[in-house]
Amino acid sequence: MVQLLFFYFALVVIGLGLRIVTAKNPVHCVLLMLVLFFHMAGLYLLLNAEFLAAVQIIVYAGAILVLYLFVLFLVDLREEVKMSPFIKKGKWLGIVGAIALFLTFLRGVMNFSLGPHGQYTIEKIQQMTHTKAMGEAIYTTYILPFEVAGIILLVAVIGGLAMAKREK
Amino acid sequence: MELLWILIKIVIVFAVVMLHVMYATYFERKVIGHMQVRMGPMRVGPHGILQPIADGLKLFFKEDIIPAEADKKVFYAAPLICLISALSAVAVLPFFEGFAIANINIGLLYIFAMSSLASYGVVLAGWSANSKYSFLGGLRSSAQVISYEIAMGLSLVGVMMLSGSLNLTDIVHAQMNSPYKIYLIPQIIGFFVFVVAMFAETNRTPFDLPEAESELVAGYCTEYSGMRFALFFMAEYIGMIVMSCLAVTCFLGGWSGPFDVPGIPFFWFLLKAYFFIFLYYWVRATLPRYRYDQLMALGWKVLIPLALFNIVLTGTIKSLFG
Repeated sequence: MVQLLFFYFALVVIGLGLRIVTAKNPVHCVLLMLVLFFHMAGLYLLLNAEFLAAVQIIVYAGAILVLYLFVLFLVDLREEVKMSPFIKKGKWLGIVGAIALFLTFLRGVMNFSLGPHGQYTIEKIQQMTHTKAMGEAIYTTYILPFEVAGIILLVAVIGGLAMAKREK
Repeated sequence: MELLWILIKIVIVFAVVMLHVMYATYFERKVIGHMQVRMGPMRVGPHGILQPIADGLKLFFKEDIIPAEADKKVFYAAPLICLISALSAVAVLPFFEGFAIANINIGLLYIFAMSSLASYGVVLAGWSANSKYSFLGGLRSSAQVISYEIAMGLSLVGVMMLSGSLNLTDIVHAQMNSPYKIYLIPQIIGFFVFVVAMFAETNRTPFDLPEAESELVAGYCTEYSGMRFALFFMAEYIGMIVMSCLAVTCFLGGWSGPFDVPGIPFFWFLLKAYFFIFLYYWVRATLPRYRYDQLMALGWKVLIPLALFNIVLTGTIKSLFG
């Protein structure tokens, strides 16, 4: 059952991903992206990561994607902008590059092996709830990466403020 | 067997919620009518009690008009997104001890997720209809919902800190065991922010700018007619009901009351929820609409700082005395 669900979510994510990059209408892209985020949240749920699933929807679907929609509306794109390729006859280069990248990934996937199990087993997470488990991990073991990520975001916010203020 | 019980619960809750939506429209007109010294609907049945059925029939048989230049797929999908996101949020509400369709650990976050989706329905309805009134209404609504969602989320952080859980049933239990029995008293600032944000989230007066009829015709649903318009209407009322129930669950102690009413375990829950729905009507009959810049200033400059202050205060008190 779980595997069936996994394949459903994974296939839909891949299919929607392809559809999003090929769709002509940017607003349709955003809508498909919304469906894609839901399926990614489904993948998180299969991993017992209910907090991540909810945050995935709240942050990505509820905030970031709506901002994308705003930008689309502000620039008033009804159809995709068409541009000529940067490099003439670059199609073959692209195909060779794509195949090379695919082979690299394939190599990586074939050599994939499971890492050692950490202290958070499924039973432990179910017992202490995922939200608590994640909070504890973030604020104890991973406090430094967490703070660094926070500072990077702060820098971005200050940068945005500086750019907005410069006009005056 | 488990699955069957869940299905039965879904059918019961769905039917009850839909009935409430029907009669919420009726009572809205009655309450506002009486507040404005009018009678409200009186024609259909005694005291107009059958009015919602007549309205429903009328909307059902109206012609379904789609603007010529509309983006059809999105135009069809928008009201459904609104309705589905509003209805899905009902699934996690605990109506009485042990009765919630899905008693999940992240109930509160789930409701936020679903209410943030509702803005898609509105903004896409505005865009797809290809009409400027709709478009302006849609843009206003999404900006408003995003801004107030932050305030609403932050206002509930205090509740999460006190109860130590995101599970709505656990939050009610934690309130029953707390010294004041309800979180309204220790979380009065959070409650204030929540109630204001609640009005803005559901696009109701005094924050009903997305459908400000005097300037935008009917905002995002200008181009909708018949059943599709009714879907938006239902979504709005379900949203009101969900927000009222959330306020009851998080601040007023859910189904618990001063004494148990035998046979009706959801008595107190309903009573409190009806109070909040009445509050919606009361405010609508009392307050004029905000201007758009006032609305944004209130959200960003008053409510969010207040909610942040509430978090710091709750944290300090909890670490000192808890």
